[in-house]
Parts: sequence; structure tokens; C-alpha cells
Amino acid sequence: MPKILDAPRMARCIGCESCMLACARMVYQRLSPYTSAIQIRSSGGLMGRMVANICTACAEPVPCVEACPTDALTPREGGRGMTYRKSECIGCRQCVDACPIQVIGWDEQEDKPVVCVFCGQCARFCPHDCLELVEAEVA
Amino acid sequence: MLNTGYVRVLLVDLATGDFRTEDREDLWRECLGGTGVASCLLGESVHDDRDPLDPAQPVAFANGPLTTIFPVVTKTVAAFRSPLTGEYGESHAGGRFASALRYAGYDALLLTGAAKQLSYLVIHDDRVELRTAAALRGMDTIETGRVIRDLVEGAGHRSILRIGPAGESRIRFANANVDTFRHFGRLGLGAVLGSKNLKAIAVTGQKPFTMPAGSRAYKALYAEVYDRVLHTDVMKKYHELGTPVNILPLNEMGALPTYNVRQGYFGEAGEISGEAFAEGELITKRACTGCQIGCIHVALYRRPFAPGWEYESTMVAYDHELVYAAGSLLGIGNRPGVLRLIEEIDRAGMDVISCGTALAWATEAMERGTVGPDQFAGLDLRWGDVERYSRAVALIAAGRSELGQWLSQGEVAAARHYGGDGYVAAAGGQGIAGYWTGYAHVLGHLLGARHSHLDNGGYAIDQKLEPYTDEAIVDRLIEDEAERIVQTSMSICLFARGVYDLGTISQALASIGMEHSVDDLRAIGQRIYWERIRLRERLGFKARLEDLPHRFFETPTPRGQLQPERMARLLQIYQARRAAVLG
Repeated sequence: MPKILDAPRMARCIGCESCMLACARMVYQRLSPYTSAIQIRSSGGLMGRMVANICTACAEPVPCVEACPTDALTPREGGRGMTYRKSECIGCRQCVDACPIQVIGWDEQEDKPVVCVFCGQCARFCPHDCLELVEAEVA
Repeated sequence: MLNTGYVRVLLVDLATGDFRTEDREDLWRECLGGTGVASCLLGESVHDDRDPLDPAQPVAFANGPLTTIFPVVTKTVAAFRSPLTGEYGESHAGGRFASALRYAGYDALLLTGAAKQLSYLVIHDDRVELRTAAALRGMDTIETGRVIRDLVEGAGHRSILRIGPAGESRIRFANANVDTFRHFGRLGLGAVLGSKNLKAIAVTGQKPFTMPAGSRAYKALYAEVYDRVLHTDVMKKYHELGTPVNILPLNEMGALPTYNVRQGYFGEAGEISGEAFAEGELITKRACTGCQIGCIHVALYRRPFAPGWEYESTMVAYDHELVYAAGSLLGIGNRPGVLRLIEEIDRAGMDVISCGTALAWATEAMERGTVGPDQFAGLDLRWGDVERYSRAVALIAAGRSELGQWLSQGEVAAARHYGGDGYVAAAGGQGIAGYWTGYAHVLGHLLGARHSHLDNGGYAIDQKLEPYTDEAIVDRLIEDEAERIVQTSMSICLFARGVYDLGTISQALASIGMEHSVDDLRAIGQRIYWERIRLRERLGFKARLEDLPHRFFETPTPRGQLQPERMARLLQIYQARRAAVLG
């Protein structure tokens, strides 16, 4: 079964952005808050708190995969989410628009998307165990 | 700065709104960053012959080469001429300011001039814009942050530095609030920004920087430092109870300054200990960007406002220094009272330690009849009376009443005016931090560039140094400050000083392409130490026994009652060390 990212314990989050820095450092190799596929922010509303905007790994048909005109985004083996191949990406941004929860970021300098690759580096560098890579349930 | 070979300085003339950048190769080579760069930029442009609040005076901010890219490298260093002491001012803050400035593409920021009307500065990558803050006049620090959050882009990652009404009124110990819970706290940066008509600075950046060549070494070292930060005891106290863990042990050894340092023991310390706050009020912790510790301890300050179970609640961050200054120093032994004062002082935009030492002096001066309620809008201060202290805070923040006006210039100025300088809890013109440990603490405050316990850790030297000889005390203070300069020139948070020894710093720099051996770093730290003293002396700094209050030689410390003769000897040794380098 494929692994997907979950953020089950965000009430413990201290807002250090260590997870974002880990994604930027380990996966995208470019440091900025915008070169991280996980986005931590404080959220307003009557229950103001820290939240994680993460890819929830849609089941097929996966909207970003459907929108991608090339083979940059393809369905992941075992269902749930996508596989990203940067070499195939033409920078059209259609995946960004297609994401139903708007969690695909954009690296302006590279002109490429910032998507979750389900590697778990963010969880590895979370000091409070807020994040977890879990076995996905497949419908 | 990262792998670039220069320090990129953004220069903004607030009088015109004009801005430009300078890439300074010399600063990159010789000053590292942080303390080194900020003090150097200040030294180049500060006016010795003008008042600290003259619009022509500069304010410098600087990050370091490791900012944001290594764990707990979270600080920005500000340098300015202090309106509280008249001499060199340096202050450090965390929050998101350092990371936002880095992402915007700048290593340092130099402000000069004064805006024509109350304004706020927006720095967004290459765009730098001065906007009117006319509608924000008199607004407290929390509300100012909220309004500006609605006005500028970059939600989630931007940083908003702002001053409160105290800064606008140029209260001499007004601070600059950064992202609600952090501050450029000491020595009056808030008043300097007020004198520049600058209500706030919002910074947001979207410039990613690519990992340097050999990033494998960088990633491996990051992981190693990360594990040391989180999985060893080095930083344990900061993420468990936080700095208020000190309250009880200090009290036990008679080193918790109480009732304006008339004693080192507070009978109600148990009520305001780190343990008591954690059990009773702590609701969450927060962190600066890139720090996995999360030392910011946030309390729920909950109080009834009407019958019928009507409650209002706010979130207030607390720390050892604040609990001392708004607690034991004023004889306040209840947690809601401490939180109330911290919140009110913070919202007004004043440094809590300096406000506490001013209130403590005023309380004793009233007790002695040196000043009276008729000089303070009818207010008679009493130890432990939170309600009265709350009214006093409002008077000081607004500079209202005769005594309020004097206190707004600090207790040293007030005591010089009214008499009573024998019992100010201040060294070098600034109120002391919450330790009463011995000679090194007092001398460290007097000699330290920030007149802060963090300059040289004198309080720790008092607790650990054996044999406790005159020479060893002075040399340790100098060595510690010179080594801390390397750390603060990296803009490393000093809570992580145990993680970042010079060897680790050298390795971290190498992993991003900057070669500095340990010996090289030590030599740079020592050079900056003495250069900064030269700058401080240019601005009026003198290390004199007569600037220490008589009080410091009355109240026993764990090292016994301090003797003026011994303090004079320590100062002589310092002067000899100084003369050997500076002539």
C-alpha cells in the first residue's frame, strides 16, 4: 500500500517550520518557504491554531494528474496521489489550478510545481511528532 | 551572503523613501554577520555629536551567514545609539524577522532619516515602500500587528516589527515588538524608531536560494545539529519549563532579586515559579522560524470581567526575566498579576525588565519620601499592589505626571533628578536582569556591550568559577563575551550556545562554502570585541565604579556581600586588559 502524509497531531505544533525547511532542503534543494510542499501557518477563525496544508493524496482519478498535459504527474502505483517527474514538466501550472485544496505550490525561479513526493522528510524533522507517514487506505 | 562573497545591505532613507543596495565584500570577509556587521555598519554612520533620537542617526539590522539554514539560527541583531544610556545600543530579536529578511534577499538593513509623517515600511523582495501609518497612531503593539497583517501580503511567512505608543512617545526604554512574542527588547530601539516616525516594518520574501555545492555535507551536519538540539540535554531547560525554571533554584541560593534588590529571596517565589506557571497557566509553546525548541511559553491569562461567569482571556508569553521584573522585584507573588503587568507593559511597547526596575525604584523612593503621590497623579505605589502598578505603567507609557515623565527616561535619570541613585537596580545605565549572584553578574552588566546578562553570562561565572579570583573573573567575562560575539555574529540564538561551539560553527560555515578555522573565528571574535569597545567609548561608554549603586554593596549574594574595594580591583584589571589592546 502507498504511504501518504498525515498531520494528526497539529495541536502540538509550535510553528517552527522545521518541516518546511526539511522539504526545501532535502527534496527541493532550494531554501524558501515557497519551495516546500508542506505549508504551516496559523489559521484564524474562532479556533485559531497552527495548521498544516498538505497533499491528501486523492484517489483516482487524481485531479492534478488529470490536468497534467505531459507525463510529469502520473498516478502512483497502488492508487492514492501521484508521482512527479520534473524532467517531463513544461511549467504550464495546470496542476496548481486543478488541486481541489490548493496545496500545490510554485517555484517561481524554476517555473515548476512544488508537490509532495510522500518521502516523510518533514515528519523526520518535526520535533513534536505532529506529522506522520501512514499506510494509505485504497478504495 | 550565502556563498556569495558579500553582505547585501539594503539602505533606506526614511526622509525620502529612497532605497538602494550595497554588496559589501569587506563586511563578509571581516565581520561575519549579526553583531559584527551591525556594529560595523553603525560605527560607519553614527553621529557622535548628535542626540540618539536625532533623525540623522542610523539603525542597523543584520543577519548572519547561517541564518535560517541551520537549526536555532534565528536572530537578527540591531545596533543603534541608545536613548536610554546615550551610548552604544545593541539588541537581538527572533520571531520571523531573520528568515523573512533572508528570503527577501538581504543580509542587513540600514535605516537613516525620519519619515515626514508616521509611516510603516514594507520590504517585499525588490520592492521597498513607505506607507502612511496615520491611522495607527497610538495603537498598541498587538493591534498594530493585526492591522498590518490585513494590509500586507505574504501571510504565514512575513514578519512584522512594530512599536507601541511608548515608542511613538520616545519613552527611553521603548522596545520593538517582533511577531507578537519576540522583541528587540532592551536599550530603547522602540524610541529610536519612534524618532524616525516609523511605526512598523513588514518584511516578506519569495527568493529561494539554491543549496551550495557539496550540500550533502550541509544536510548531514544539519541532521547532526538537529539531533543535538532535540535529543540531548544541552537545550532541555528551554523547551521544558523554559527559563522560569531558574526562579526556584535562584531563590534557594538567595540570588533572585526581590523588592528592588533589597534581598535575594522572595517568600512567594513558589507562586511564580516555572513549575507553577506550567501547571497553572501554560497552554502552548511557540518557536521562531527554524528553531525546533519552541522556548516561547505562552500562558492563558484568564480573568472575570462581570458577574455571571463572564470571562475574558488573552495569551501572554512569559520568561524568567519577565517573571522577575514584573514579579519578585516588585513583590508580586501571584501569577495573574504578573501576567497582567507583562501584558500591559508589552502592549504599550516597553521593555518589561526596564519598566520593572523603574517601578521598583519608584516604589522605594516613595517609601523613603523622596518622591510622593502628588508627583505621580495621586498614585501611591506599594509592593505587590498590581492594581497600582497597572496605573503606573499607563502613566509611564504616556509620560504623564512629573514622576511619570522622569521614569519614562529610566530610573537612572529619575534618581539623578530626585536623588536616590544609591538604590537604582541598574548598571551601565540599564536595569539589571533577574539574577543576584555576585561580582561577575554586576561587572558583566557594567562591561557588557548590551549591558545585559547575555553579553558574557556573568551570572553563570558567579555560579561555576573556581577559583573565584579577581583575574579569573575579569578574564572569563572578556573571553565569554568574545566567544559569544562569534555566536551572535552568526545570529545564533544564545540559548543554543551549548550546541554551537566554535568547532561546530567552523564546520557549518565550511558546509556552505565559507572557510573559517576555529582559531580564525576566535581571533575575529576578539577583534570585534575590542572594536566594539572602541565604538562604545566613542559614544560615551565608561566603566566606572561610581556608576554602580550603593545598593549593590549592601544586599548579600551567594558570593557574599560585594565589597566596593574588590569591585574597584576588578575594574582596574579590566582597564589594564583594555589598555594592553587599545592603548
